[in-house]
Amino acid sequence: MTVSPATAPLHPTVPGAHLLEVDDLSVEFRTDYGTVRAVNSLSYHLDKGETLAILGESGSGKSVSAQAIMGIIDTPPGYVTSGQIRYQGRDLLTMDSKQQRAMRGAEIAIVFQDALSALNPVFTVGAQIAEMFRVHRGTSKKEAMAKAAELMDRVRIPSAKDRLKDYPHQFSGGMRQRVMMAMALALDPKVLIADEPTTALDVTVQAQIMDLLLTLQDENGMGLILITHDLGVVGEVADRVAVMYAGRIVETGGIREIFGHPAHPYTVGLMNSVPRLDQRGQRLSPIVGAPPNLADIPPGCSFHPRCPRAELVCRQERPLLREVVPGRRAACHFAEEVLDA
Amino acid sequence: MPDLTKRDPSGASGAAAGEPLLRVTGLTKHFPIRLGIIRQKTIGQVRAVDGVDFVLRRGETVGLVGESGCGKSTVTKVLLALEKPTAGQVFYEGRDVFAMGSRELRELRRKIQIIFQDPYTSLNPRMTVGDIVGEPWDIHPAVLPKKERAKAVRDLLARVGLNPEFTNRYPHQFSGGQRQRIGIARALALNPDIIVCDEPVSALDVSVQAQVINLLEDLQKEFGLSYLFIAHDLSVVRHLSDHVNVMYLGRIIETGTNSQIYEQPAHPYTQALLSAVPQHDPAARGTKKRIVLQGDLPSPADPPSGCHFRTRCWKAQDICAVDYPQLIDRGQGHPSACHFAEVVAVVKSQAEQPPLEVPSPPADVALHEVDSAAAVPPAGGAT
Repeated sequence: MTVSPATAPLHPTVPGAHLLEVDDLSVEFRTDYGTVRAVNSLSYHLDKGETLAILGESGSGKSVSAQAIMGIIDTPPGYVTSGQIRYQGRDLLTMDSKQQRAMRGAEIAIVFQDALSALNPVFTVGAQIAEMFRVHRGTSKKEAMAKAAELMDRVRIPSAKDRLKDYPHQFSGGMRQRVMMAMALALDPKVLIADEPTTALDVTVQAQIMDLLLTLQDENGMGLILITHDLGVVGEVADRVAVMYAGRIVETGGIREIFGHPAHPYTVGLMNSVPRLDQRGQRLSPIVGAPPNLADIPPGCSFHPRCPRAELVCRQERPLLREVVPGRRAACHFAEEVLDA
Repeated sequence: MPDLTKRDPSGASGAAAGEPLLRVTGLTKHFPIRLGIIRQKTIGQVRAVDGVDFVLRRGETVGLVGESGCGKSTVTKVLLALEKPTAGQVFYEGRDVFAMGSRELRELRRKIQIIFQDPYTSLNPRMTVGDIVGEPWDIHPAVLPKKERAKAVRDLLARVGLNPEFTNRYPHQFSGGQRQRIGIARALALNPDIIVCDEPVSALDVSVQAQVINLLEDLQKEFGLSYLFIAHDLSVVRHLSDHVNVMYLGRIIETGTNSQIYEQPAHPYTQALLSAVPQHDPAARGTKKRIVLQGDLPSPADPPSGCHFRTRCWKAQDICAVDYPQLIDRGQGHPSACHFAEVVAVVKSQAEQPPLEVPSPPADVALHEVDSAAAVPPAGGAT
């Protein structure tokens, strides 16, 4: 090959072909303990109305790309060192800050995991939702409040009008997550990023919120990026999945194909680690060891110290994310073998 | 290390034959709601636990599942005699725990240990791992002579899959999974009969969670431990438990063996709970009907009259508001607390499937035979 691995085009598509394109994005955090490379030449794309799941364990970098899209990485210590984030063909990272602000929140919105800390405790939820209209659209206070009530209705908060003047602590966890969703949906975004939206919630509430999220997606045809560590949630709602490990995508493709027949040993390990509800099951066969420290990522394939298939080449050469079968990519020297096993 | 293998397998240390290791009857814990600063007036009761019965036998795992606020953690606090119950009794080998004197209680606490959910806050950051794991022997000095303790700590660390040379390190130098192993080693130090596992794997990543689950299974087999396993993750409880109790708002609403609860759930709440669990098999997508409950858990300070679940139940009739349904077998083969109990198999049970396989590298190039010790972090090698 004439191109070096770092610059190999992972997405040989025309820029602007998809609604949102993350292209060769790298983010690092420069800390006192060394440089943490949270995301390394990450590429993915999202189309209208589809659900892309980004699956990974803690420290895999799955949230950092979302933060880069939303422009909420603190600099310092965080720096985007390469790449583009194109929304409808235009690079968000090179826009001036005024244009960026107009885009974020209105076109691309985010829902965080922890609604209690994401909401401001000293303002009423009505005021916080209304703020979206006040800031982005310059709507009058009264009209904005009326719209806030409408939105709370839309996310199925019972007796929404009466609850406008309540503070975040007066809501239950599930209801707070709905408030967050109302804020995110206020300006009818075309892309919604949901960063672990149900992780802190009980299963029955999780089911309510996921249901609502999908209904709302159907209603306005948003593209949804779902960031999660929960294989169950991914298996139930995603169209496509990108599995991340140590700051890189190790496998990506259609959900049925990947969960049915994974081609990367890490994906296999994840699937084997989860106890199942529908069978008593025998002993679990988890991945050995723990995820690597991002300040000290192993050379070659970053998964090789934990991989049952590793050989010498895995330690020396980082496998490219390459097409294994049409529509599926995996970053493993032995992906075909794993797929056929 | 105390010789954990030389345990009387019958467990008959004075207990009546047939008496389970732990028997809980009518356990109730209400917390008063007080108003005012100096002269506090009690204006109500939070009914955290409201008449809970269950038994735990030697070598068995009993699961306690339910959503946050259902009272499952309060049950553990009362069991460990950290809280006094409002009513009800707990029998350990037939002896009433709340009638015990302080010496007996001390002995009991040696026999019942706990593993906490959060491995970050349950270990003292200023103590070394050796001190943490060895501290139980400072409190119960009779268990192990002082000069044997250093070796026993190393043995325990090795047993839970940690490098025994790490005794002088501090908790912050370990990952979440490793810290949970430290917590497990500490719980094992006093050679307990029962370990209460309060959400022991909820804070861990999936791959690490599976390692800890396997470790808990191995330790149970090796030492004949009984687990009271508290979790909100129904898949983990299914994997580990022999017997399962489902709690809702302070009460057990259904109880049965693992397969009775998961394959033949009779209570609508159990059915809703099971149907809400997302499953990672995309091929099964659309094949199951999900029951989405409306509304939130009612406040335990003001539970609904009659059946606590009726406000969210699609089967509720007038009788549900009047009569609390007793936890009895209504012809489904196991007890459930619903006037209209009926078995609905929410989860399609599947035959056991072997785990997916990753092919092994050809023997002559296998990397792990070259330097597995260097490549694999010490915590991982164990499982």
